[in-house]
Amino acid sequence: MNTGINYPALAVLIGLFLLVTVMGFWASNWRRAESLASLDEWGLGGRSFGTWITWFLLGGDLYTAYTFVAVPAAMFAFGSVSGFFAVPYTIILYPIIFIFMARLWSVSYRHGYVTSADFVRGRYGSKELSLAIAITGILATMPYIALQLVGIQAVLEVVGLGGGGSVIAKDLPLFIAFALLAAYTYSAGLRAPAVIAFVKDGLIYLVILVAIVYLPSTVGGWGHIFTAAQQKMNSINPATGRPIGVFIPPAQSYWAYATLALGSALALFMYPHSITATLSSRSRNTIRRNAMILPAYSFVLGLLALLGWVAIAAGTKPIGLDGKPNAQLVIPQLFEDSFPAWFAGVAFAAVAIGALVPAAIMSIAAANTFTRNIYREWIKPHATHAEEANVSKLVSLGVKAFALVFVLTLDKQNAINFQLLGGIWILQTFPAIVFGLYTRWFHRWGLLAGWAGGMIYGTVAAYNLVNPVTGNHFAGSVSMIPVIGEMGYIALTAFTMNAIVAAAVTVVLGFAGVPHGDDETVEADYFADEGDPRVQKPVAAVSPHAAVH
Amino acid sequence: MENDIDRGIVPPTNMTRMTAAAVLLMVPIAALLWVDTYAKVEPVLLGFPFFIWYQFLWVFLCSFCTWMAYRQIDLARPRRPLAAAPLDRKKGSR
Repeated sequence: MNTGINYPALAVLIGLFLLVTVMGFWASNWRRAESLASLDEWGLGGRSFGTWITWFLLGGDLYTAYTFVAVPAAMFAFGSVSGFFAVPYTIILYPIIFIFMARLWSVSYRHGYVTSADFVRGRYGSKELSLAIAITGILATMPYIALQLVGIQAVLEVVGLGGGGSVIAKDLPLFIAFALLAAYTYSAGLRAPAVIAFVKDGLIYLVILVAIVYLPSTVGGWGHIFTAAQQKMNSINPATGRPIGVFIPPAQSYWAYATLALGSALALFMYPHSITATLSSRSRNTIRRNAMILPAYSFVLGLLALLGWVAIAAGTKPIGLDGKPNAQLVIPQLFEDSFPAWFAGVAFAAVAIGALVPAAIMSIAAANTFTRNIYREWIKPHATHAEEANVSKLVSLGVKAFALVFVLTLDKQNAINFQLLGGIWILQTFPAIVFGLYTRWFHRWGLLAGWAGGMIYGTVAAYNLVNPVTGNHFAGSVSMIPVIGEMGYIALTAFTMNAIVAAAVTVVLGFAGVPHGDDETVEADYFADEGDPRVQKPVAAVSPHAAVH
Repeated sequence: MENDIDRGIVPPTNMTRMTAAAVLLMVPIAALLWVDTYAKVEPVLLGFPFFIWYQFLWVFLCSFCTWMAYRQIDLARPRRPLAAAPLDRKKGSR
């Protein structure tokens, strides 16, 4: 239960927050470029990050605060199919991206692409397909940014802030945190989250390792933890007459578990913020080397998931300031109950700062996408580098403001529903992007038709999932797979349909003789590496220092 | 006006090693998607059900496989710089 403000924890939290704020502003001087007035510099950190910086940056980017709050919460409330699938998901993720991300890096380096929609534009010569990819990316990213705020809110609520008083007093801490984030992201671009990521990841590792070593002994050891979790999951929910959750997946959940892992793994690097962090790396193999060392974060995520079950054994009662149970608070609450106040403050800072890094990168990525694929493509075709950077900086502010309004005015459940939809939607960009890295066989209109089909099917299927108790739509992400007849992740089903439609329409258009678009890339582009010459575009689309690495 | 880059040449590649790399990358994916093989409690290790510790084990095995694949690909396709020939190209080459 919450009993007023936890001052020692709050003091540590504020201290660490001020530290990263100073670092964020200082970041514009880090690995200083002559000028930040281009998207290569502001939006991609000069495409200069080596293996270790990329490791911290991608780790800080992909393993978001929301993940750190939601995965253990799902374990606590619903068990392994909803929560622990994150472990196989973030393991098989790396062999998958190992295969294709190096090609995307190479072709983007050669042609100065900043977003995946840039690549689609160049590969298929299709403004429309590129626009579809760009809009999907932005739509999927917005609720994700909003959910980072939910992560910060969870921490503030457990510390005891944001409870009573006026609306302004309630949300002021969140507002200040986000305003500072917006300010240093505006001035330093991608360098800001890259610098802060060192602190975030350090704190996360510290807190999780301490928690996983110390907490189990206080609640009776691992054997007892798993027994308690099994008991809770197998007990019957009176509202539905079925077990509350899943301890170890039964046979009818195998497909769900596997498709959730595979679908999520295929989708993650389609998000603009993952692409941004990848393209900011220095060389073709940086991302491949990272595929070997990023699983360290997956290990930590798995431990964190288990903390959801530790909380069951510890009898944690996650109750919000409104007096209602809220599983999202379980990890902050467990920390507050079990740690000395000052260390709880460190743990809270890890989650709160953990929200800032992805929120910054996501807003930069969404802003880059808007600038390159909507502003420059449809509004002002001959924008200069400086104009692009300016538009992107302003849009990054707008994106954050939107996320803030979204979280403060709408029910949190909306953000969660949209994020669930976002995961389904973003996977529908996979065929255009990843198939396109290997083959030009697919027709641009076929890919667009497949995308539309996947988007519609996925949205309808998710909407039709109704919670039997509350009657709410978007009650989950798993539904019956047509033909196969097993329960599976909607995103992957939609993706399969997408690919089939794309192939079928490609064949039909081939017979009809509808022309393919122009491809500005050649095969050798997909193998280019650091130091290779970059393709000169008519409007000097390559930043001035690019050739003098 | 056509140079190596424009002709779209793929760098020389040792296909045996590439196949080995592909297999190394597929193994962890196949193992973890085959839920049937590990969705069980026994054998328990230090209190951890098999389901839990087996998946943690794959974090390390997968890293190892990826590292092996990296080495294979490094050997299979040695770095070949692109020719620094004329860079401005006609649009719509294909």
